[in-house]
Amino acid sequence: MIGLTHYLVVSAALFSLGVLGVLTRRNAVNVLMGIELILNSANINLVAFSRFGAGNLNGQLFAVFVIVIAAAEVAVALAIVLTLYRLRRTPNLDEADILKG
Amino acid sequence: MTVGAFVFYLFALVTVGSAAVVVLARSLIYCAFALLFTFFGVAGLYVMLGADFLAATQLLVYVGGILVLLLFGVMLTHKLYDLDLRSEVTQFWPGLAMAGGLFLVLTATAVKAEWMTASPRPPAPTTEAIGQLFLGQFLLPFEAASILLLVALMGAAMIVRRKKDA
Repeated sequence: MIGLTHYLVVSAALFSLGVLGVLTRRNAVNVLMGIELILNSANINLVAFSRFGAGNLNGQLFAVFVIVIAAAEVAVALAIVLTLYRLRRTPNLDEADILKG
Repeated sequence: MTVGAFVFYLFALVTVGSAAVVVLARSLIYCAFALLFTFFGVAGLYVMLGADFLAATQLLVYVGGILVLLLFGVMLTHKLYDLDLRSEVTQFWPGLAMAGGLFLVLTATAVKAEWMTASPRPPAPTTEAIGQLFLGQFLLPFEAASILLLVALMGAAMIVRRKKDA
């Protein structure tokens, strides 16, 4: 019988992989992919709690809001990455150090 | 093992396996296509959880929108003749230690905690109920989210626009 814990473990694995991607990648677009993994794992948690928990749809509604935020976030982040690429000719995050004091 | 359990493990394997490819693959194009399979796997998990509307939304917004946007990002931030599109990995072992520790803590919490679960209801179509909630009890957050999306998209267009007089 598949219960709440199974989904939570899958979501934990997805979250950890996303954190690993954010921590270890140099390419900014790749870091954004890691952030998408993190948001998806949070969504799995919300939907699983909505299914096995209180018996209403609030978790699924919250997941819809998370998807909206993810769309807005990826649009703005890619705009920033593109501008950075135009200025510095690099997609790597650690070379974006012009603000260093 | 029942059919439901088998399908769950299949979707979980697709999701986590392709997420690992996203994180570990050398080529950015491989990462993007593995992300496609991750999104499909998550949509499958939503179906298993009885969230049909959310599964459709996941496919439409993530696969149709966000993934295409990320592919545009990959294409536009590399020189076109540079075909291999490598993505370098830095500080791998500290990152792996952090992520592994995080996974162990989260899994231990999920397994040990006493969740107050009710017995799941039989799956029912959720679209109408979600629509009623969005235009009823959750109208204000719904409108706020729509305005946020509008502002974010306009802001993104403003940031990337080439200035004529610069």
